Amino acid sequence: MSGKGKTDLIVNGKRLDGRKPEELRPVKIQAGVLKRADGSCYLEWGENKVLAAVFGPRECLPKHEQDPYRARLLYRYNMAPFSVEDRKRPGPDRRSQEISKVSREALERVVFLENFPKASIDVFVEVLQADAGTRCAGLTAASVALADAGIPMRDIVVACAAGKVDNEIVLDVNKIEDNDGQADLPIAILPRTGEVLLMQLDGILAPEEYKRALQLAVEGCMKVNELQRNALREKYEKLADAGEQKE
Amino acid sequence: MIVMEINEEILWSVKRDAIRALIEAGKRSDNREWNQFRAIELAPDFVRKAEGSCFIKLGNTQVLVGVKFAVGVPYPDTPESGTLMTSAELVPIASPIFRAGPPDEDSIELARVVDRGIRESKMIDFDALCITPKEEVWSVMVDLHVLDHDGNLLDAASIAAVRALLDARFPKYEDKKVIYTEKTKKKLPLKDVPVSSTFAKVGSALLLDPLLEEEKAMDARVTIATTHEGNICAIQKGGSGSFTLEECEKLASEAIKAGKEIRKQHLK
Repeated sequence: MSGKGKTDLIVNGKRLDGRKPEELRPVKIQAGVLKRADGSCYLEWGENKVLAAVFGPRECLPKHEQDPYRARLLYRYNMAPFSVEDRKRPGPDRRSQEISKVSREALERVVFLENFPKASIDVFVEVLQADAGTRCAGLTAASVALADAGIPMRDIVVACAAGKVDNEIVLDVNKIEDNDGQADLPIAILPRTGEVLLMQLDGILAPEEYKRALQLAVEGCMKVNELQRNALREKYEKLADAGEQKE
Repeated sequence: MIVMEINEEILWSVKRDAIRALIEAGKRSDNREWNQFRAIELAPDFVRKAEGSCFIKLGNTQVLVGVKFAVGVPYPDTPESGTLMTSAELVPIASPIFRAGPPDEDSIELARVVDRGIRESKMIDFDALCITPKEEVWSVMVDLHVLDHDGNLLDAASIAAVRALLDARFPKYEDKKVIYTEKTKKKLPLKDVPVSSTFAKVGSALLLDPLLEEEKAMDARVTIATTHEGNICAIQKGGSGSFTLEECEKLASEAIKAGKEIRKQHLK
Protein backbone atom coordinates (compact mmCIF):
# COMPACT_ATOMS: atom_id res chain seq x y z
CA MET A 1 0.00 0.00 0.00
CA SER A 2 1.54 3.25 -1.07
CA GLY A 3 -0.90 5.22 1.07
CA LYS A 4 -0.19 6.72 4.42
CA GLY A 5 -3.32 5.50 6.14
CA LYS A 6 -5.58 8.50 5.58
CA THR A 7 -8.36 8.81 8.12
CA ASP A 8 -11.27 10.23 6.17
CA LEU A 9 -12.12 7.19 4.08
CA ILE A 10 -14.94 6.07 6.37
CA VAL A 11 -17.31 8.75 7.65
CA ASN A 12 -20.23 7.89 9.95
CA GLY A 13 -19.82 4.19 9.17
CA LYS A 14 -20.00 4.80 5.42
CA ARG A 15 -17.26 4.60 2.83
CA LEU A 16 -16.65 7.27 0.19
CA ASP A 17 -18.73 5.36 -2.36
CA GLY A 18 -21.55 4.99 0.17
CA ARG A 19 -20.87 1.36 1.04
CA LYS A 20 -20.91 -0.14 4.52
CA PRO A 21 -17.59 -1.70 5.63
CA GLU A 22 -18.73 -5.24 4.86
CA GLU A 23 -20.48 -4.40 1.60
CA LEU A 24 -19.38 -5.46 -1.90
CA ARG A 25 -19.37 -3.15 -4.91
CA PRO A 26 -22.12 -4.04 -7.39
CA VAL A 27 -21.05 -7.09 -9.41
CA LYS A 28 -22.55 -7.98 -12.79
CA ILE A 29 -21.60 -11.18 -14.59
CA GLN A 30 -22.56 -12.34 -18.06
CA ALA A 31 -21.50 -15.67 -19.55
CA GLY A 32 -20.98 -16.44 -23.25
CA VAL A 33 -20.42 -12.99 -24.68
CA LEU A 34 -17.84 -13.77 -27.39
CA LYS A 35 -18.72 -15.70 -30.51
CA ARG A 36 -15.29 -17.04 -31.47
CA ALA A 37 -14.07 -18.09 -28.04
CA ASP A 38 -14.99 -21.53 -26.67
CA GLY A 39 -16.08 -19.90 -23.45
CA SER A 40 -16.28 -16.30 -22.32
CA CYS A 41 -17.43 -13.97 -19.61
CA TYR A 42 -17.92 -10.24 -19.20
CA LEU A 43 -17.77 -8.97 -15.67
CA GLU A 44 -18.29 -5.60 -14.06
CA TRP A 45 -17.18 -5.17 -10.48
CA GLY A 46 -17.76 -1.62 -9.33
CA GLU A 47 -15.80 0.45 -11.84
CA ASN A 48 -13.82 -2.58 -13.03
CA LYS A 49 -14.69 -4.02 -16.43
CA VAL A 50 -13.03 -7.25 -17.48
CA LEU A 51 -13.49 -9.72 -20.27
CA ALA A 52 -12.31 -13.33 -20.09
CA ALA A 53 -12.05 -15.80 -22.95
CA VAL A 54 -11.16 -19.49 -22.95
CA PHE A 55 -9.85 -21.43 -25.93
CA GLY A 56 -9.39 -25.16 -25.81
CA PRO A 57 -8.66 -27.84 -25.06
CA ARG A 58 -6.65 -27.33 -28.24
CA GLU A 59 -3.25 -28.22 -29.57
CA CYS A 60 -0.45 -27.08 -27.32
CA LEU A 61 2.01 -24.89 -29.16
CA PRO A 62 4.99 -24.64 -29.17
CA LYS A 63 5.15 -28.42 -29.12
CA HIS A 64 7.97 -28.65 -26.58
CA GLU A 65 5.57 -27.28 -23.98
CA GLN A 66 3.29 -30.29 -24.37
CA ASP A 67 2.92 -32.45 -21.29
CA PRO A 68 2.27 -36.15 -21.97
CA TYR A 69 0.24 -36.46 -18.76
CA ARG A 70 -1.91 -33.36 -18.65
CA ALA A 71 -3.00 -30.26 -20.45
CA ARG A 72 -1.04 -27.05 -20.12
CA LEU A 73 -3.00 -24.21 -18.57
CA LEU A 74 -2.12 -20.81 -19.95
CA TYR A 75 -3.34 -17.69 -18.16
CA ARG A 76 -2.68 -14.23 -19.50
CA TYR A 77 -3.78 -11.19 -17.53
CA ASN A 78 -3.53 -8.10 -19.68
CA MET A 79 -4.46 -4.49 -19.08
CA ALA A 80 -5.66 -2.31 -21.91
CA PRO A 81 -3.47 0.81 -22.22
CA PHE A 82 -6.50 3.04 -21.63
CA SER A 83 -7.81 1.12 -18.62
CA VAL A 84 -6.06 3.38 -16.11
CA GLU A 85 -5.58 7.15 -15.67
CA ASP A 86 -1.97 7.22 -16.90
CA ARG A 87 -1.72 5.21 -20.08
CA LYS A 88 -0.19 1.80 -19.44
CA ARG A 89 2.43 0.70 -21.91
CA PRO A 90 0.97 -2.23 -23.86
CA GLY A 91 2.26 -5.72 -23.21
CA PRO A 92 3.24 -7.67 -20.14
CA ASP A 93 5.02 -5.85 -17.33
CA ARG A 94 6.31 -7.39 -14.11
CA ARG A 95 3.05 -6.85 -12.27
CA SER A 96 0.87 -8.50 -14.89
CA GLN A 97 3.28 -11.42 -15.23
CA GLU A 98 3.08 -12.02 -11.50
CA ILE A 99 -0.72 -11.80 -11.53
CA SER A 100 -0.84 -14.24 -14.46
CA LYS A 101 1.33 -16.67 -12.50
CA VAL A 102 -0.66 -16.66 -9.25
CA SER A 103 -3.97 -16.79 -11.14
CA ARG A 104 -2.83 -19.74 -13.23
CA GLU A 105 -1.69 -21.53 -10.09
CA ALA A 106 -5.09 -20.94 -8.51
CA LEU A 107 -6.79 -22.73 -11.42
CA GLU A 108 -4.31 -25.52 -12.15
CA ARG A 109 -5.65 -28.05 -9.68
CA VAL A 110 -9.27 -27.09 -10.15
CA VAL A 111 -9.40 -27.84 -13.86
CA PHE A 112 -9.19 -31.55 -14.72
CA LEU A 113 -6.04 -31.02 -16.79
CA GLU A 114 -5.27 -34.76 -16.61
CA ASN A 115 -8.25 -35.39 -18.91
CA PHE A 116 -6.49 -33.68 -21.82
CA PRO A 117 -2.90 -34.87 -22.19
CA LYS A 118 -0.74 -32.86 -24.60
CA ALA A 119 -3.43 -30.24 -25.05
CA SER A 120 -3.58 -26.63 -23.97
CA ILE A 121 -6.33 -24.72 -22.25
CA ASP A 122 -5.77 -21.02 -22.78
CA VAL A 123 -7.35 -18.38 -20.58
CA PHE A 124 -7.10 -14.73 -21.59
CA VAL A 125 -8.20 -11.93 -19.32
CA GLU A 126 -8.44 -8.41 -20.67
CA VAL A 127 -8.88 -5.60 -18.20
CA LEU A 128 -10.80 -2.87 -20.04
CA GLN A 129 -11.26 -0.54 -17.09
CA ALA A 130 -9.41 -0.83 -13.81
CA ASP A 131 -10.41 0.42 -10.38
CA ALA A 132 -8.60 -1.86 -7.87
CA GLY A 133 -9.43 -5.51 -7.58
CA THR A 134 -8.76 -6.47 -11.20
CA ARG A 135 -6.93 -9.69 -10.35
CA CYS A 136 -9.99 -10.87 -8.39
CA ALA A 137 -12.38 -9.70 -11.09
CA GLY A 138 -10.22 -11.39 -13.75
CA LEU A 139 -9.99 -14.71 -11.98
CA THR A 140 -13.70 -14.69 -11.16
CA ALA A 141 -14.51 -14.03 -14.83
CA ALA A 142 -11.99 -16.62 -16.01
CA SER A 143 -13.69 -19.33 -13.94
CA VAL A 144 -17.06 -18.52 -15.48
CA ALA A 145 -15.51 -18.57 -18.96
CA LEU A 146 -13.94 -21.98 -18.23
CA ALA A 147 -17.32 -23.33 -17.14
CA ASP A 148 -18.91 -21.72 -20.19
CA ALA A 149 -16.37 -23.53 -22.39
CA GLY A 150 -17.56 -26.78 -20.84
CA ILE A 151 -14.18 -27.57 -19.34
CA PRO A 152 -14.49 -30.04 -16.46
CA MET A 153 -13.63 -28.49 -13.12
CA ARG A 154 -13.83 -29.49 -9.47
CA ASP A 155 -15.67 -26.26 -8.65
CA ILE A 156 -15.87 -22.65 -9.79
CA VAL A 157 -13.02 -20.57 -8.41
CA VAL A 158 -14.03 -17.21 -7.02
CA ALA A 159 -11.92 -14.33 -5.77
CA CYS A 160 -12.51 -11.29 -3.59
CA ALA A 161 -10.39 -8.98 -1.46
CA ALA A 162 -10.69 -7.56 2.01
CA GLY A 163 -8.58 -4.74 3.34
CA LYS A 164 -7.89 -2.25 6.07
CA VAL A 165 -9.08 1.30 5.61
CA ASP A 166 -9.23 3.96 8.31
CA ASN A 167 -8.20 1.31 10.88
CA GLU A 168 -11.22 -0.74 9.99
CA ILE A 169 -11.37 -4.10 8.20
CA VAL A 170 -13.50 -3.70 5.07
CA LEU A 171 -14.62 -5.85 2.18
CA ASP A 172 -13.60 -5.23 -1.43
CA VAL A 173 -11.41 -2.10 -1.46
CA ASN A 174 -11.85 0.32 -4.36
CA LYS A 175 -9.15 2.46 -5.99
CA ILE A 176 -9.10 5.35 -3.52
CA GLU A 177 -9.11 2.92 -0.61
CA ASP A 178 -6.34 0.93 -2.23
CA ASN A 179 -4.19 4.02 -2.71
CA ASP A 180 -4.79 5.61 0.67
CA GLY A 181 -5.74 2.61 2.79
CA GLN A 182 -3.57 0.44 5.00
CA ALA A 183 -3.85 -3.09 3.62
CA ASP A 184 -5.27 -5.16 0.78
CA LEU A 185 -5.74 -8.93 1.00
CA PRO A 186 -7.01 -10.54 -2.20
CA ILE A 187 -7.86 -14.24 -1.97
CA ALA A 188 -9.38 -16.87 -4.21
CA ILE A 189 -11.15 -19.90 -2.85
CA LEU A 190 -12.85 -23.10 -3.85
CA PRO A 191 -16.39 -22.37 -2.59
CA ARG A 192 -17.25 -26.00 -1.94
CA THR A 193 -14.43 -26.54 0.57
CA GLY A 194 -13.27 -23.04 1.44
CA GLU A 195 -9.69 -23.91 0.49
CA VAL A 196 -7.51 -20.90 -0.30
CA LEU A 197 -6.05 -21.00 -3.82
CA LEU A 198 -4.68 -17.48 -4.10
CA MET A 199 -3.61 -15.18 -1.32
CA GLN A 200 -1.57 -12.01 -1.38
CA LEU A 201 -1.22 -9.22 1.13
CA ASP A 202 0.05 -5.69 0.76
CA GLY A 203 0.10 -3.70 3.97
CA ILE A 204 0.25 -4.19 7.70
CA LEU A 205 -2.31 -6.26 9.60
CA ALA A 206 -2.22 -7.45 13.21
CA PRO A 207 -2.86 -11.21 13.53
CA GLU A 208 -6.47 -10.75 14.65
CA GLU A 209 -7.11 -8.23 11.86
CA TYR A 210 -5.72 -10.74 9.37
CA LYS A 211 -8.10 -13.37 10.70
CA ARG A 212 -11.07 -11.03 10.39
CA ALA A 213 -10.04 -9.91 6.89
CA LEU A 214 -9.75 -13.53 5.73
CA GLN A 215 -13.20 -14.28 7.09
CA LEU A 216 -14.71 -11.22 5.43
CA ALA A 217 -13.03 -12.00 2.09
CA VAL A 218 -14.43 -15.55 2.21
CA GLU A 219 -17.93 -14.14 2.80
CA GLY A 220 -17.43 -11.84 -0.20
CA CYS A 221 -16.29 -14.79 -2.30
CA MET A 222 -19.43 -16.75 -1.42
CA LYS A 223 -21.65 -13.85 -2.50
CA VAL A 224 -19.84 -13.46 -5.81
CA ASN A 225 -19.96 -17.22 -6.35
CA GLU A 226 -23.75 -17.00 -6.24
CA LEU A 227 -23.60 -14.45 -9.09
CA GLN A 228 -21.25 -16.68 -11.10
CA ARG A 229 -23.70 -19.55 -10.87
CA ASN A 230 -26.60 -17.30 -11.80
CA ALA A 231 -24.76 -16.04 -14.87
CA LEU A 232 -24.14 -19.57 -16.12
CA ARG A 233 -27.70 -20.64 -15.35
CA GLU A 234 -29.07 -17.63 -17.19
CA LYS A 235 -27.09 -18.39 -20.32
CA TYR A 236 -28.28 -21.97 -20.48
CA GLU A 237 -31.86 -21.07 -19.66
CA LYS A 238 -31.79 -18.71 -22.63
CA LEU A 239 -30.34 -21.45 -24.81
CA ALA A 240 -33.01 -23.88 -23.65
CA ASP A 241 -35.74 -21.34 -24.41
CA ALA A 242 -34.37 -20.89 -27.89
CA GLY A 243 -34.75 -24.64 -28.36
CA GLU A 244 -32.59 -26.21 -31.00
CA GLN A 245 -32.23 -23.02 -33.00
CA LYS A 246 -28.57 -22.55 -32.07
CA GLU A 247 -26.38 -22.77 -35.17
CA MET B 1 32.63 -42.29 -21.30
CA ILE B 2 29.08 -41.50 -22.25
CA VAL B 3 27.92 -38.08 -21.24
CA MET B 4 24.18 -37.91 -20.93
CA GLU B 5 22.11 -34.89 -20.21
CA ILE B 6 19.51 -35.86 -17.65
CA ASN B 7 16.37 -33.83 -17.64
CA GLU B 8 16.09 -32.29 -14.16
CA GLU B 9 12.34 -32.34 -14.09
CA ILE B 10 12.15 -36.04 -14.97
CA LEU B 11 14.64 -36.75 -12.21
CA TRP B 12 12.49 -34.88 -9.70
CA SER B 13 9.32 -36.62 -10.79
CA VAL B 14 11.03 -39.96 -10.09
CA LYS B 15 12.19 -38.83 -6.63
CA ARG B 16 8.92 -37.12 -5.79
CA ASP B 17 7.12 -40.10 -4.27
CA ALA B 18 10.05 -41.01 -2.01
CA ILE B 19 10.41 -37.43 -0.80
CA ARG B 20 6.68 -37.16 -0.09
CA ALA B 21 6.66 -40.50 1.77
CA LEU B 22 9.45 -39.27 4.05
CA ILE B 23 7.63 -36.03 4.76
CA GLU B 24 4.30 -37.78 5.34
CA ALA B 25 6.12 -39.88 7.94
CA GLY B 26 6.93 -36.64 9.76
CA LYS B 27 10.59 -36.50 8.77
CA ARG B 28 12.82 -34.12 6.87
CA SER B 29 15.96 -35.35 5.19
CA ASP B 30 18.10 -32.93 7.21
CA ASN B 31 16.32 -33.82 10.47
CA ARG B 32 14.91 -30.37 11.07
CA GLU B 33 11.69 -29.60 12.92
CA TRP B 34 8.82 -28.52 10.67
CA ASN B 35 9.11 -24.93 11.92
CA GLN B 36 12.87 -24.62 11.96
CA PHE B 37 15.07 -22.59 9.62
CA ARG B 38 18.31 -24.07 8.28
CA ALA B 39 21.56 -22.61 9.63
CA ILE B 40 22.07 -19.06 8.42
CA GLU B 41 25.49 -17.60 7.71
CA LEU B 42 25.75 -13.98 6.71
CA ALA B 43 28.74 -12.16 5.27
CA PRO B 44 27.75 -8.49 5.43
CA ASP B 45 29.53 -5.90 3.27
CA PHE B 46 30.71 -8.59 0.88
CA VAL B 47 31.00 -6.23 -2.07
CA ARG B 48 32.77 -3.01 -1.23
CA LYS B 49 31.81 -1.33 -4.49
CA ALA B 50 28.16 -1.50 -3.56
CA GLU B 51 26.67 0.90 -1.03
CA GLY B 52 25.35 -2.09 0.87
CA SER B 53 25.62 -5.82 0.37
CA CYS B 54 25.23 -9.14 2.07
CA PHE B 55 26.11 -12.67 1.14
CA ILE B 56 23.87 -15.30 2.67
CA LYS B 57 24.17 -19.02 3.07
CA LEU B 58 20.88 -20.57 4.09
CA GLY B 59 21.80 -24.23 4.32
CA ASN B 60 23.21 -24.84 0.84
CA THR B 61 21.30 -22.01 -0.78
CA GLN B 62 23.53 -19.06 -1.56
CA VAL B 63 22.46 -15.58 -2.55
CA LEU B 64 24.35 -12.34 -2.87
CA VAL B 65 22.43 -9.11 -2.52
CA GLY B 66 23.79 -5.73 -3.49
CA VAL B 67 22.30 -2.32 -2.79
CA LYS B 68 23.17 0.63 -5.00
CA PHE B 69 22.03 4.23 -4.57
CA ALA B 70 21.40 6.77 -7.29
CA VAL B 71 19.92 10.22 -7.49
CA GLY B 72 16.91 10.42 -9.73
CA VAL B 73 13.66 12.18 -10.46
CA PRO B 74 10.76 11.20 -8.14
CA TYR B 75 7.53 9.69 -9.42
CA PRO B 76 4.99 12.44 -10.23
CA ASP B 77 2.48 11.11 -7.66
CA THR B 78 5.07 11.05 -4.85
CA PRO B 79 7.21 14.14 -5.55
CA GLU B 80 8.79 14.14 -2.10
CA SER B 81 9.62 10.47 -1.73
CA GLY B 82 12.62 8.38 -2.67
CA THR B 83 12.16 5.15 -4.59
CA LEU B 84 12.92 1.47 -4.22
CA MET B 85 13.53 -0.95 -7.06
CA THR B 86 14.16 -4.65 -6.58
CA SER B 87 15.36 -6.99 -9.32
CA ALA B 88 16.37 -10.61 -9.29
CA GLU B 89 18.60 -12.65 -11.53
CA LEU B 90 18.56 -16.42 -11.51
CA VAL B 91 22.02 -16.77 -13.02
CA PRO B 92 22.92 -20.07 -14.72
CA ILE B 93 25.60 -20.98 -12.17
CA ALA B 94 22.90 -21.49 -9.53
CA SER B 95 21.13 -24.45 -11.08
CA PRO B 96 21.30 -26.68 -14.15
CA ILE B 97 17.81 -25.55 -15.09
CA PHE B 98 18.51 -21.82 -15.02
CA ARG B 99 19.19 -20.27 -18.40
CA ALA B 100 20.62 -16.89 -19.19
CA GLY B 101 18.16 -14.44 -20.64
CA PRO B 102 15.47 -11.96 -19.71
CA PRO B 103 13.84 -12.47 -16.29
CA ASP B 104 11.23 -15.24 -16.30
CA GLU B 105 8.13 -15.58 -14.15
CA ASP B 106 10.04 -17.05 -11.21
CA SER B 107 12.64 -14.32 -11.00
CA ILE B 108 9.96 -11.66 -11.38
CA GLU B 109 8.00 -13.19 -8.53
CA LEU B 110 11.13 -13.48 -6.37
CA ALA B 111 11.96 -9.80 -6.87
CA ARG B 112 8.40 -8.64 -6.32
CA VAL B 113 7.85 -10.67 -3.15
CA VAL B 114 11.13 -9.47 -1.59
CA ASP B 115 10.23 -5.91 -2.63
CA ARG B 116 6.75 -6.20 -1.13
CA GLY B 117 8.08 -7.34 2.25
CA ILE B 118 10.46 -4.37 2.44
CA ARG B 119 8.05 -1.81 1.04
CA GLU B 120 4.93 -2.79 2.98
CA SER B 121 6.72 -3.05 6.32
CA LYS B 122 7.51 0.67 5.84
CA MET B 123 11.12 -0.30 6.55
CA ILE B 124 12.53 2.58 4.52
CA ASP B 125 11.45 6.11 5.34
CA PHE B 126 11.03 7.21 1.72
CA ASP B 127 10.20 10.81 2.67
CA ALA B 128 13.64 11.15 4.24
CA LEU B 129 15.19 10.24 0.87
CA CYS B 130 14.07 13.48 -0.72
CA ILE B 131 16.85 15.90 -1.71
CA THR B 132 14.85 18.55 -3.62
CA PRO B 133 11.07 18.02 -3.92
CA LYS B 134 9.90 17.20 -7.47
CA GLU B 135 13.49 17.19 -8.71
CA GLU B 136 15.91 15.01 -6.85
CA VAL B 137 15.42 12.02 -4.63
CA TRP B 138 17.55 9.04 -3.70
CA SER B 139 16.56 5.81 -5.34
CA VAL B 140 17.56 2.58 -3.70
CA MET B 141 18.20 -0.35 -5.99
CA VAL B 142 18.29 -3.83 -4.54
CA ASP B 143 19.66 -6.59 -6.76
CA LEU B 144 19.22 -10.22 -5.81
CA HIS B 145 21.87 -12.44 -7.32
CA VAL B 146 21.08 -16.11 -6.82
CA LEU B 147 24.27 -18.20 -6.77
CA ASP B 148 23.21 -21.66 -5.62
CA HIS B 149 19.61 -22.84 -5.50
CA ASP B 150 18.91 -25.43 -2.84
CA GLY B 151 15.45 -24.21 -1.96
CA ASN B 152 13.74 -21.19 -0.40
CA LEU B 153 15.28 -18.43 -2.46
CA LEU B 154 12.51 -16.12 -1.23
CA ASP B 155 13.63 -16.04 2.41
CA ALA B 156 17.35 -16.23 1.67
CA ALA B 157 17.13 -13.24 -0.68
CA SER B 158 14.82 -11.35 1.65
CA ILE B 159 16.97 -11.78 4.76
CA ALA B 160 20.12 -10.79 2.86
CA ALA B 161 18.37 -7.79 1.30
CA VAL B 162 17.20 -6.52 4.67
CA ARG B 163 20.67 -6.98 6.14
CA ALA B 164 22.24 -5.17 3.17
CA LEU B 165 19.82 -2.26 3.66
CA LEU B 166 20.62 -2.13 7.39
CA ASP B 167 24.34 -1.76 6.66
CA ALA B 168 24.17 0.39 3.52
CA ARG B 169 25.87 3.80 3.56
CA PHE B 170 25.19 6.77 1.34
CA PRO B 171 27.87 7.75 -1.16
CA LYS B 172 29.06 11.34 -1.19
CA TYR B 173 26.80 13.71 -3.11
CA GLU B 174 28.36 16.95 -4.23
CA ASP B 175 27.54 19.51 -6.93
CA LYS B 176 24.74 17.31 -8.23
CA LYS B 177 27.11 14.39 -8.63
CA VAL B 178 27.25 11.11 -6.78
CA ILE B 179 30.81 10.17 -5.89
CA TYR B 180 30.64 6.42 -5.51
CA THR B 181 34.25 6.08 -4.48
CA GLU B 182 33.60 8.00 -1.28
CA LYS B 183 31.14 6.53 1.18
CA THR B 184 29.78 8.68 3.96
CA LYS B 185 28.88 7.46 7.44
CA LYS B 186 25.22 8.18 6.83
CA LYS B 187 22.95 5.14 6.87
CA LEU B 188 19.51 4.71 5.37
CA PRO B 189 16.58 6.13 7.37
CA LEU B 190 14.97 2.89 8.53
CA LYS B 191 11.85 2.30 10.60
CA ASP B 192 11.36 -1.46 10.69
CA VAL B 193 13.09 -4.77 10.09
CA PRO B 194 10.82 -7.12 8.11
CA VAL B 195 11.51 -10.85 8.06
CA SER B 196 10.06 -13.21 5.50
CA SER B 197 9.17 -16.83 6.33
CA THR B 198 8.19 -19.33 3.66
CA PHE B 199 6.29 -22.53 4.35
CA ALA B 200 5.82 -25.40 1.93
CA LYS B 201 2.78 -27.63 2.09
CA VAL B 202 3.43 -31.26 1.19
CA GLY B 203 0.33 -33.41 1.57
CA SER B 204 -0.88 -32.42 5.02
CA ALA B 205 2.59 -31.44 6.26
CA LEU B 206 3.76 -27.86 6.59
CA LEU B 207 7.48 -27.11 6.38
CA LEU B 208 9.28 -23.86 7.17
CA ASP B 209 12.26 -22.98 4.96
CA PRO B 210 11.81 -25.79 2.39
CA LEU B 211 14.77 -27.53 0.80
CA LEU B 212 14.82 -27.72 -2.99
CA GLU B 213 13.68 -31.36 -2.80
CA GLU B 214 10.78 -30.30 -0.58
CA GLU B 215 9.87 -27.55 -3.03
CA LYS B 216 9.91 -30.05 -5.89
CA ALA B 217 7.51 -32.29 -3.98
CA MET B 218 5.27 -29.56 -2.54
CA ASP B 219 1.66 -28.78 -3.39
CA ALA B 220 1.79 -25.11 -2.44
CA ARG B 221 3.79 -22.57 -0.51
CA VAL B 222 3.13 -19.35 1.31
CA THR B 223 5.55 -16.55 2.14
CA ILE B 224 4.64 -14.29 5.04
CA ALA B 225 6.62 -11.17 5.93
CA THR B 226 6.31 -9.84 9.46
CA THR B 227 7.27 -6.62 11.22
CA HIS B 228 9.16 -6.09 14.48
CA GLU B 229 5.90 -5.36 16.30
CA GLY B 230 4.59 -8.81 15.44
CA ASN B 231 2.29 -7.81 12.60
CA ILE B 232 2.00 -9.26 9.10
CA CYS B 233 2.92 -6.95 6.24
CA ALA B 234 3.02 -9.07 3.07
CA ILE B 235 1.85 -12.47 1.89
CA GLN B 236 2.35 -14.41 -1.28
CA LYS B 237 0.84 -17.80 -1.85
CA GLY B 238 2.37 -19.86 -4.64
CA GLY B 239 1.91 -23.23 -6.23
CA SER B 240 -1.24 -24.90 -7.43
CA GLY B 241 -2.26 -26.57 -4.14
CA SER B 242 -4.37 -24.95 -1.47
CA PHE B 243 -4.32 -23.97 2.20
CA THR B 244 -7.22 -24.22 4.63
CA LEU B 245 -8.20 -21.08 6.53
CA GLU B 246 -6.89 -22.69 9.75
CA GLU B 247 -3.52 -23.25 8.08
CA CYS B 248 -3.43 -19.62 6.91
CA GLU B 249 -3.91 -18.44 10.48
CA LYS B 250 -1.52 -20.94 12.03
CA LEU B 251 1.25 -20.09 9.58
CA ALA B 252 0.83 -16.37 10.21
CA SER B 253 1.55 -16.85 13.90
CA GLU B 254 4.44 -19.21 13.13
CA ALA B 255 5.89 -16.61 10.76
CA ILE B 256 5.72 -13.98 13.50
CA LYS B 257 7.56 -16.36 15.85
CA ALA B 258 10.22 -17.29 13.29
CA GLY B 259 10.63 -13.63 12.35
CA LYS B 260 11.40 -12.65 15.96
CA GLU B 261 14.14 -15.26 16.15
CA ILE B 262 15.80 -14.27 12.84
CA ARG B 263 15.61 -10.60 13.75
CA LYS B 264 17.27 -11.24 17.10
CA GLN B 265 20.06 -13.39 15.70
CA HIS B 266 20.86 -11.85 12.34
CA LEU B 267 19.26 -8.47 11.78
CA LYS B 268 20.21 -6.31 14.71
